[in-house]
Amino acid sequence: MNQLWDAVLWCLDPSNWQGPSGIGARSLEHLGYTALALVIASVIAVPVGWWVGHTGRGRGIAVAVSGAARALPTLGVVTLMGLMLGIGLAAPMTAFVVLAVPSILAAAYAGFEAVDHQVIDAARAQGLTEAQVLWRVEVPLGLPLLISGLRSAALQVIATATLAAYVGAGGLGRYLFLGLKTQDYAMMLGGSLIVVLLAIVLDLLFAAAGRAAVPRGVRVARQGLAQ
Amino acid sequence: MRWILDNLPLIADRLWAHVATSLPAIVLALLISLPLGWLAHRYRPLNGPLLTGAGLMYALPSLPLFIVLPVLIGTGVRDAVNVVVALTLYGVALMVRSVADGLDGIPPEARNAATALGYRPLRRFLAVDLPLAGPVILSGLRVVAVSTVSLCTVGAVLGIPSLGMLFTDGFQRGILAQILTGIVLTVALALALDRLLVLAGRLLMPWARTPSRRAVRRSHRPGRSDQTDQTDQTDQAGQSVMPS
Amino acid sequence: MTPKPRRSPLTHRSLITLAAVSALALTGCGSSDPLGGGASGSAGGDSGDGGGAGEAIVIGSQQYYSNEIIAELYAQALEAEGFTVEREYQIGQREVYLPELESGAIDVLPEYSGNLLQYYDAESTASTPEDIHAALAEVLPENLRALEPAEATDQDSYNVTREFAEEHSLTTLADLQNVDEPLTVAANSEFETRPYGPEGLREVYGVDVSLVPVEDSGGPLTVKALVDGDVQLADIYSADPSIQTQDLVTLEDPENLILPQNVTPIVSEAVNEDAAAVIEEVNAQLSAEELIDLNRQSVEDQASSADLATAWLAEQGLA
Repeated sequence: MNQLWDAVLWCLDPSNWQGPSGIGARSLEHLGYTALALVIASVIAVPVGWWVGHTGRGRGIAVAVSGAARALPTLGVVTLMGLMLGIGLAAPMTAFVVLAVPSILAAAYAGFEAVDHQVIDAARAQGLTEAQVLWRVEVPLGLPLLISGLRSAALQVIATATLAAYVGAGGLGRYLFLGLKTQDYAMMLGGSLIVVLLAIVLDLLFAAAGRAAVPRGVRVARQGLAQ
Repeated sequence: MRWILDNLPLIADRLWAHVATSLPAIVLALLISLPLGWLAHRYRPLNGPLLTGAGLMYALPSLPLFIVLPVLIGTGVRDAVNVVVALTLYGVALMVRSVADGLDGIPPEARNAATALGYRPLRRFLAVDLPLAGPVILSGLRVVAVSTVSLCTVGAVLGIPSLGMLFTDGFQRGILAQILTGIVLTVALALALDRLLVLAGRLLMPWARTPSRRAVRRSHRPGRSDQTDQTDQTDQAGQSVMPS
Repeated sequence: MTPKPRRSPLTHRSLITLAAVSALALTGCGSSDPLGGGASGSAGGDSGDGGGAGEAIVIGSQQYYSNEIIAELYAQALEAEGFTVEREYQIGQREVYLPELESGAIDVLPEYSGNLLQYYDAESTASTPEDIHAALAEVLPENLRALEPAEATDQDSYNVTREFAEEHSLTTLADLQNVDEPLTVAANSEFETRPYGPEGLREVYGVDVSLVPVEDSGGPLTVKALVDGDVQLADIYSADPSIQTQDLVTLEDPENLILPQNVTPIVSEAVNEDAAAVIEEVNAQLSAEELIDLNRQSVEDQASSADLATAWLAEQGLA
């Protein structure tokens, strides 16, 4: 328990926050990697997921790819890419994107599939074009699930982003590996605590976003049902 | 590829170490999640805290957890106990929600019928609740199995034997074949476990076979939109079921 | 909604069980070293049952392929003489395996003399192999001893590409002062706190470098970073074959900032005189060239440590 207390003290020590390798800088790097991975993964996974959900085709492949990608060990991808691409951010970022895609892809098409077909039928009956059905019905209704998928992906990435330091990039992983290799428990545990804290904050933010993303009409309907 | 042929014993060693740490964790995760998920389902006040707690536990980064856990439970970092406990924690974090969701999805009519027939609560749980919640619990277990196998590799940077050591050693010596072997084996092991669980599900729950997606989707065409696919659910965490 | 069922005895039982289990789980707060004591737990089927519990000699190695080769040399030599050996390889850095060595969970481990001395006594002024060996004998814990070192060394060294060396006329570390651009060095993360790392370099030679940590122990990624120009310096161990194959220049160290690192077996009390003699015989044959060659075969031919050890011992007539 002493060591955990030392770790907390390490986190609070102002001298550890200064400079390009201070806690503040490393945390920003860490969050930056997470954000970048999520953006890239979304650019890839969301259109594909929406297409699968909207047309109903290719679901088997999407599921299979998601499943296989989920099984890919991140350390393996980081070391493999590292050997091929050299030090720096490119190698770990590839691994993080691969890590994030399955959750986002699954949430994207699941969000569309969860939309009651009666609603889509009604929209078509009213004369909405396919594009309008997509953007005005399916996307808003599928948004909460998509956000929960993003949330799941974000948590996985922020937790694994510590591996970026293995191949010379930055992030909070630097404290982990340096503390581990030099038996500086305070640094090692302190770095871990900060990662955990950031993960929790991120989780709460996404949870709030998920609730806020429920379309007003659906929220009202749900409240009506609950009575 | 010659590396693979020359190093089959090493590969076997690493594979065995990997299986020996991930399998117990998966089983333990299931066993621990059943009562916890039941608690979350049965007592509404506990539902929020338990599920949020599970979500937060999953948010714990793996490498730091492997390092912090020994401090809390008094083992060394490289102890098998440490790894299994850490992996179990993640498994439980993922599974509690599945168990709770599965139990939540049981039609009250079925429960009432069982009670009316004279089933005691424990027998009803085992003979009615669990089987009906089975498909959802199984889907959660599949996700846990895959993610546990994948997560087990991270410990290699701490010196914990697993397929992950093929990554660290291949990395140091620049042997791409070694890293690729590790990746392929990890994925293969995960997918093999997944398939085994699906088969087990079919054997244990033959009633839960769903019609193919095509049949269900055809029925969704205009005019017949009243059918829903009950076993194909997603939960709030965005963990989608992989239907068999 | 259906009416809630009446409370059953089951709920009381489950609450009590839950409380009991939680209480048990919380009693495990230990203050023990979080990084130690893992040797007996490995599930790989090749772990020993702790020191002294049987006749098997437990041989460990760092998470460094070259160290594993040397450990395997000892292991097979001992087996040839009839000893039972158990292997615990790829453990991690010094701070992880030394506690295991001290506790007797591991019996033999090939170490590097200078670094080991500085680990136990950072202020030591010994700088020749003989002085270092003598100083080691004094600082090691009582139940450990250092056997005769090999001629082979595998020490940290600052390396630059030949182009960089020629461009700035570099031969010694002091010459780095003349370089205008900011200097970065690629090395394992623990290099940051090593006495010959950036801090030592600043103190002794007046040169400022910052560390880019790459955890491959001077391996292909570090070399690639140096050759690609992502860093200007790299900490590559002197027995690494890539110094020759990549035509790198090792900067000289006239002030002896970096201690010589002779391969020195550290053994526990479980290792008797006969076993120690076997190990020392192997060490006596291990010259610097031999070690570089073994490393080269490991990396270029991707040979396993077991195969390399069998072949080498046969060549030397030791097995």
